Amino acid sequence: MAITTSRAAGDVTVVTVEGQLIVANRQDLKQVIQDALDGGARKLLIDFGPTAYIDSSGLGALVSINKKVREQGGELRLAGLNEDLRSLFELTKLDTLFVIADSATRALEGY
Amino acid sequence: MGYPVRRLPLPGHGGQRFQLRVPTDLSQVGEAVEAIVDCCRAGGALSPRLRFRLRTVTAEALANAMSYGNRNNPARWVTVEIEVDENEITLAVTDEGLGFEPDRVPPLRDSDHHEVTSGRGLFMIRHLAEQVTFNERGNTIWMTLTRH
Repeated sequence: MAITTSRAAGDVTVVTVEGQLIVANRQDLKQVIQDALDGGARKLLIDFGPTAYIDSSGLGALVSINKKVREQGGELRLAGLNEDLRSLFELTKLDTLFVIADSATRALEGY
Repeated sequence: MGYPVRRLPLPGHGGQRFQLRVPTDLSQVGEAVEAIVDCCRAGGALSPRLRFRLRTVTAEALANAMSYGNRNNPARWVTVEIEVDENEITLAVTDEGLGFEPDRVPPLRDSDHHEVTSGRGLFMIRHLAEQVTFNERGNTIWMTLTRH
């Protein structure tokens, strides 16, 4: 599992979560986002394209990250959720909290 | 690190039974989940959806057992027993804690979903597994997932 960061056109910071987002690595994601915010990033995109599963602590981390990004005047988008992950977001009603795009490419359009 | 897996007898049953013991260490949850999924493959191929459900409920149950059951005490263990056959997979996850009363876990209100950063675990397990039961003490959770 790995969490990597890159920059896309439009000054968007793209964070990619590979493998899983669970209790074991949720703090890593929170730290990566915090580092990006500290570095001045305000447009953030988390790409779950290569993510197999997310547990409840991972979802909780996303809620926390979203709050922090908004508090600092930023915007967070999510992308690349597979069908199962999208159903998990619907089940937990988080699909109505986040802007979710089918892919990172789609999310970057107009960002 | 791989996990030692014990194959247990399962008399009078066409399936297979395994046991793993996982130390209380949240950083090992991901690796333990994969070891458990490998055991589940003994009963036949896993569809992508079943793999997703298995990984999610197993990660939830292990994290709950370590955090709430074993209170993150590294001297305590989590025991996982797995029964697999061609129709279903049953996981029993047992911690060494005092147990809890699942019916007393407050349900999430609609207004909670956008705010809370915890409290979704049992809710998710109950939606992703066909059957969820607990022992009387509340330190073992059984989760059954059907293959179809």
